[in-house]
Amino acid sequence: MSAYILRRLLSVIPITLGVLLITFLLFRVVGGNPAYRIAGKNATQERIAQIARERGYDKPYFLNWQAFPTGLFDAQFPRLCRQLLRGDFGESIKTKQRVSTMLREGVLPSLCVTTPLFFIELALAIALALLAAYYRDTWIDRGIMVVAVTGMSISSLVYIMVAQYWLASEWRLFPVWGFEGPQYLVLPVLIGVVAGTGGSVRFYRTVMLDEMYQDYVRTARAKGVSPRGVLFRHVLRNAMIPILTNVIVAIPFLYTGALLLENFFGIPGLGRLTVTALFTGDEDVIFATTFIGAILFVVANTITDIAYTWADPRIRLR
Amino acid sequence: MNTPDTLWRIAWRQLRRKRLAMVCLAILGVYAAVWVYAETQFWSARLRGVIPAYKQSHYDIRNQPPSLAHPLGTNYAGRDNLGQMIQGTRIAFEIGLLTSLIVIPIGFALGAVAGYFGRKVDTAVVYLYSVVDSVPGILLIMAIAYVVRGAVERSEAMQAVTRYVDAGLLAVCVGMGFTGWVGLCRLIRAEYMKHRERQYVLAARALGVSDFAIMFRHIAPNVLHLIIINFTLRFPGLVLTEAVLSYLGVGIANEPSWGAIINDAKQRLWLGNWWELGGATAAMFFLVLALNLFGDALRDALDPKLRTAEAKTA
Repeated sequence: MSAYILRRLLSVIPITLGVLLITFLLFRVVGGNPAYRIAGKNATQERIAQIARERGYDKPYFLNWQAFPTGLFDAQFPRLCRQLLRGDFGESIKTKQRVSTMLREGVLPSLCVTTPLFFIELALAIALALLAAYYRDTWIDRGIMVVAVTGMSISSLVYIMVAQYWLASEWRLFPVWGFEGPQYLVLPVLIGVVAGTGGSVRFYRTVMLDEMYQDYVRTARAKGVSPRGVLFRHVLRNAMIPILTNVIVAIPFLYTGALLLENFFGIPGLGRLTVTALFTGDEDVIFATTFIGAILFVVANTITDIAYTWADPRIRLR
Repeated sequence: MNTPDTLWRIAWRQLRRKRLAMVCLAILGVYAAVWVYAETQFWSARLRGVIPAYKQSHYDIRNQPPSLAHPLGTNYAGRDNLGQMIQGTRIAFEIGLLTSLIVIPIGFALGAVAGYFGRKVDTAVVYLYSVVDSVPGILLIMAIAYVVRGAVERSEAMQAVTRYVDAGLLAVCVGMGFTGWVGLCRLIRAEYMKHRERQYVLAARALGVSDFAIMFRHIAPNVLHLIIINFTLRFPGLVLTEAVLSYLGVGIANEPSWGAIINDAKQRLWLGNWWELGGATAAMFFLVLALNLFGDALRDALDPKLRTAEAKTA
């Protein structure tokens, strides 16, 4: 198993390289010379050339054949990789801050929103799905499903606007905008839960119903286990595998933050940071967030596989 | 009856028995009719070279509440909101179709070769979609849409295209297309891995049929239903994502997509002008709801095993 884990974790290298390559292609090759973006609309040609020289944009993209063999890797992409490997995320084009500082400052607000959101949604979704599966084909089940499907068919934009307008602005139950205390988190988390739970409930219910018609459920019932006992001790445990897949893979996105919520509620987290960076062409910030995000993603995927063996001892990792 | 029951006929018989699915199908039919109407409105104006009615401003009747002449009121430029919603339907369908034009070929072709050939090809494809999957979806969509829009607007070769298709719309579709193929690819790959060992494939191979013909002429009809299910179930997500993108400013700006309308309406919600937001929300809600429910029923009718398989192979 440790060999398996090691191999999985090693896949972080090609995957991160791939992610960086996509980001690089997008922002340097398709997006055009970033020196123009940095210099602004009214810059002279000399100024642009100067920026390009300073930041290495005048070098070839991948391999520098002119400087072969010593300077073969003196090109844009290899330089970017080397820089990130050293843990140097560069500095923001717009604010001139170190990107590592910006990330450090953004992580906490992001986690403040996404962590409670994640756990409340998970608990609520599993509870509702269990309830629906237990009372399947009754009005309880149907009611839950109607609410779930309706909930996931409404645009999250609408939830945010309606909540901001009525709950926060008209009735003054919550602050509208900002990040100055726990009360600022209630509304974003609430909206996130309302907007996100429906899809999960529906999915978990299907998974549980799938298990309910298995042979082992009949056997357990026949030997006298109570319906509730079957549900919690047998069905839930077996349903854990698809649920785990769904859940653990979402963990890296806790770090990247809730993009939409952060933007609407003025929470200075990583989601907002990334969106701003995208619009200002602040590529060092983008490279850093996608780089870290990719690493976390691979790690989370590996954890999912390990969690499988805990949820289902029949699975052996090789 | 002498003709054998095909999968499609069996599925249709099952679907017809479900009242909810039939109601949804009827709703989708209404939307499709509205779409065709909006499309003719758009193209007839475009071909005659005039500004279409939904883009003409009437500043004397700005921000009016609902009335008989304008059932959903008018917006900031005095345009009829109902007319805007109708054009929004066109945009939603165009997004669904255009994105699928990117998703289906990529997802199908890569999934097919990966599942059929296995080994190195499979490793390469799995690597490719793992990479795409490791970037937060919405971020990658935004990045692609943002960059593509800039590139499209700068490029002179693309101007022939952007005269007919909004640059923002194109960018959104490319963004969602190049990220959305992963799910379909996984599904098709798993299916091809199964079919590759089936008797009819082995027989075809023994007869000397080329790999290409086996993949696309023999196996493809057996996975066609997966593509249709995937399309139906992806569609609502596309409509919702477009709204978010348009709100964040990487989406459609010059055409009244539902996302753009909601974004506009936000500023007038504070004036008590709720009918614009309400209209766009309702238009979006019923389409997404009908697609969600119908897609589910379609999946159950065509391939009941698929319900949980999607998650277990992930």
